[in-house]
Amino acid sequence: MTNGQKKGTFSVLLIGIILGIILWGGFNWALALTNTEQFCISCHEMRDNPYEQLQDTIHFTNRTGVRATCPDCHVPKEWVYKMIRKIQASNELYHHFIVKDVDTPEKFEAKKLELAKHVWKAMKDTDSRECRNCHNFDSMDFDKQESRSADRHEEAIEKGYTCIDCHKGIAHELPEGYDPGEDAPDGENAG
Amino acid sequence: MKKIIHITLAAFALLLVTSGTVTAKESIASLRGTEDLEGKSLKVTKKKVISQEGGFERSYKQQPPMIPHKIDKYKINLKNNGCLKCHSKKNHKKEKAPMLGESHFLTRDGKKLEKVSSRRYFCNQCHAPQVDANPLVKNDFEGVK
Repeated sequence: MTNGQKKGTFSVLLIGIILGIILWGGFNWALALTNTEQFCISCHEMRDNPYEQLQDTIHFTNRTGVRATCPDCHVPKEWVYKMIRKIQASNELYHHFIVKDVDTPEKFEAKKLELAKHVWKAMKDTDSRECRNCHNFDSMDFDKQESRSADRHEEAIEKGYTCIDCHKGIAHELPEGYDPGEDAPDGENAG
Repeated sequence: MKKIIHITLAAFALLLVTSGTVTAKESIASLRGTEDLEGKSLKVTKKKVISQEGGFERSYKQQPPMIPHKIDKYKINLKNNGCLKCHSKKNHKKEKAPMLGESHFLTRDGKKLEKVSSRRYFCNQCHAPQVDANPLVKNDFEGVK
């Protein structure tokens, strides 16, 4: 290898490294930025509807001040699933910018049952993966739960129910058209 | 001279009246206690909602049963009724919860409905949770058995 060739290889390598840092870093930076609640509620649809309703629930206001943000429940933590969800999110942009079918509280309310069913189905399919990032059966002390909760949780483990089977509407208001009195974990779900 | 006397008397009268109202204002004791209207009301002592297995005994026949558990996580609004998650016809057995009474399905004309009658829809209009408070007056009241 001549001196010139050496120099050339070196500069290509250097450019590659710098470009890699910028691109990969930028990608990660954008990923992290779009994975914050502030980003989610920068759209008025999210700010005025789901976020507004979240604030009344235990996942926002509680005794210890630990709270869940939008991506904690709605964006998977594992890389592959996270990427899939991020790509699916383009559909949300499509509805925000082009279809505009949830841009008023009234329109949102009218569509809420359908939207809720999507989320319920997703959570059912993943065995409530995002819930389990924080809530873990192995770490639950049934002695510290109310007897009713403890009984039901033991039953859930035994029969393989998933969180969303029973815990619907815990972070947002339940949609119109869903009757909690008709929904039971082993029965036909409304979703 | 007469004018000066008049003015002094009027001033005295005014002073009396105003001082009178001031003392009256201070002596009024309402449910707020003697707290000034402008000030903040007294902090209510916190009471825990009682969870009681088997429920509370009734004080009189046909009393709407009192709620023996916390209800802060369940919402009742025009869209859904969170209480029905356990107390509905379909779910109550599984949840070991009492089902809402048959009367709750009747309209005021006595017609039986499939779903809860709208006049019985808002559970906590009649049913209330209980806190661990002492009775205001010591008594030996016993409810019906």
